[in-house]
Amino acid sequence: MASDDATAVERPNTYRSGPDEFGHFGIYGGRFVAETLMPLILEVEQAYAEAKADPAFKREINYYAKHYIGRPSPLYYAERLSEALGGAKIYLKRDELNHTGAHKINNTLGQILLAKRMGKRRIIAETGAGQHGVATATVCARFNLPCVVYMGETDMARQAPNVFRMKLLGAEVVPVKSGTGTLKDAMNEALRDWVANVEDTFYIIGTAAGPHPYPAMVRDFQSVIGEEVRWQMQEAEGRLPDTLVACIGGGSNAIGLFHPFLDDTNVRMIGVEAAGHGIDSGEHAASLNGGRPGVLHGNRTYLLQTDDGQIVDAYSISAGLDYPGIGPEHSWLHDTGRVDYASVTDEEALDAFQFLTRLEGIIPALEPSHALAHVRKVAPELPRDHLLVMNLCGRGDKDVAAVAEQLGVKL
Amino acid sequence: MNSGPVTAADLRAKREGLPESERAADSGRIRARFDRLKREGRGGLVTFISAGDPDAETSARILAGLPQAGADIIEIGMPFTDPMADGPAIQASSQRALKNGITLKKTLAMVEAFRRQDQETPIVLMGYYNPIYSFGVPRFLEEAKRAGVDGLIVVDLPPEEDEELCIPALKAGVNFIRLATPTTDDKRLPAVLANTSGFVYYVSIAGITGTRSARDQDITAAIERLRRHTALPIAVGFGIKTAEHAAKVASAADAAVVGSALVDTVAAHLDSDGRAKPDCADAVLKLVGELAAGVRGSVKGGTA
Repeated sequence: MASDDATAVERPNTYRSGPDEFGHFGIYGGRFVAETLMPLILEVEQAYAEAKADPAFKREINYYAKHYIGRPSPLYYAERLSEALGGAKIYLKRDELNHTGAHKINNTLGQILLAKRMGKRRIIAETGAGQHGVATATVCARFNLPCVVYMGETDMARQAPNVFRMKLLGAEVVPVKSGTGTLKDAMNEALRDWVANVEDTFYIIGTAAGPHPYPAMVRDFQSVIGEEVRWQMQEAEGRLPDTLVACIGGGSNAIGLFHPFLDDTNVRMIGVEAAGHGIDSGEHAASLNGGRPGVLHGNRTYLLQTDDGQIVDAYSISAGLDYPGIGPEHSWLHDTGRVDYASVTDEEALDAFQFLTRLEGIIPALEPSHALAHVRKVAPELPRDHLLVMNLCGRGDKDVAAVAEQLGVKL
Repeated sequence: MNSGPVTAADLRAKREGLPESERAADSGRIRARFDRLKREGRGGLVTFISAGDPDAETSARILAGLPQAGADIIEIGMPFTDPMADGPAIQASSQRALKNGITLKKTLAMVEAFRRQDQETPIVLMGYYNPIYSFGVPRFLEEAKRAGVDGLIVVDLPPEEDEELCIPALKAGVNFIRLATPTTDDKRLPAVLANTSGFVYYVSIAGITGTRSARDQDITAAIERLRRHTALPIAVGFGIKTAEHAAKVASAADAAVVGSALVDTVAAHLDSDGRAKPDCADAVLKLVGELAAGVRGSVKGGTA
């Protein structure tokens, strides 16, 4: 079995050449989809390969990244945070300042431009917390394509403001009742829609997971984060950072930050999973730290599952990390040992949320609050000249009501 | 196996099909059944039920009664939490079975028990890859073969992933029945058919199970197209709900598959707590009887 081989993974000459032509990162990734979708998956792969090689496509993305999203996002030296922790010099990559308030739009912009290029006339997406749904609805409004977003019924109740945002943007939000009514079920339902509408529909997947070429494509669109950090840190400090930290649900913001640095072996990387009520409680979303390899939603990757291979629901205070899988490239980076994967509980994330808000006047989303909670653990032990970059991948306005409830404050 | 590097031989086997010399002998039941249908001059009825739906006992009773009721081939669903190619009826049926404790091990035990009373009716297990991968492919194939399973349909394993289960299954003498769909064009069809064995399952709509139905003329045209590429028998499924429709489809193809209509019948015979009413198994078998009568009244070589 795959999991038995985990320790036997060889160290490659480069960590940046994946996936292979079959969409594999080591044993992870692949194209585990129904035959009905397979011809379309191949069409997307070919169209993306052509777009990637076309300077005009790159120019178009760069134009909208600058003028519509507001890139580059700042690399901000968090002086008070660094002082408070008394160790590493901490920089925050401010992707929460993007249009729509998170890194998600880097990806939806790239995918909708590809969909237009392919002549697709209808967009579908899945969403958990609603951030990817909002980012998709936003670009659909901008590029004038009808948009259908699948969202679990449970999540719709928890994230009512985002549901309204999507509707304002002109999207149709379809409640998903099947399964447990959360992100994984929304993804199943989006795949069912796609199977029934293969001819005219493009599926904008929200994270670096799904069948090949999605994990590679989403990573490429998100790599703008790490590419900017590279030159921004050169400008600020004249060298590369020492440690990178990012939170992980599906893992798109993390892979976007990490990928440009994977072959810089002196740069340490830490992905932070959501431990919910604790890994031992069974109520968490930590696929790498609490799951094992399996096949779901088109790819082989670490999954939360029972002994019988049935998928278990993830749990986290942060709806954006609440997914029982993880992008396949992270699974491979985990097995090769290139990236370390830690985990942080709800409680630690809530503390970190308040800590940053008070110290820096920045309200982080609950997702990067997990990354920050881990920074609080490691930064004090590091020397003053240690450059640590944390990806602040989303702003916390959407979480204010949930946090108030957790703190027992009535709004 | 799936964790090793992809070898040149694997690639060739994927592209051109695993050579006959490397395929182990299968049980022969599927071939024998289609030969008999041919002699009888009729199309066959393939019935789908989910293992353990709504509970182990009722499910075993339905399974045991299927040959007598007129099922020519039996598909048994291996329930999965996330059946992404299935419509609401089969999703609900999988959930009922999982809630009542079905596992892959128990599904195999059901087949084994069935085989003690029936040595002829082919059994095909249908489902998704993760429960099998989790069980372990070599162990699964060994136990499935021993239990008397004749073939596998695994929805999320297209030819691109043949080295995972398809090629090991052929090497172990278990048929791997591939789905061909309206989106499988002539260019792609040879790759889809290369490692298909037993029969070809034509998914008559681009969509999920138990929802809309294909137009008759589209099915007829699709069967003609498939026949140009393969000599294997063709079963047609997705959206077939009535005896009349099953009869039409079975006469144009070699068999018609009915699934959602049967699990819907299970759903219609549950009490308010979701438990099977006493007449649940009989109601399903009665519908199978009607479908079988329709198929048996059909004349081979018709159009859908």
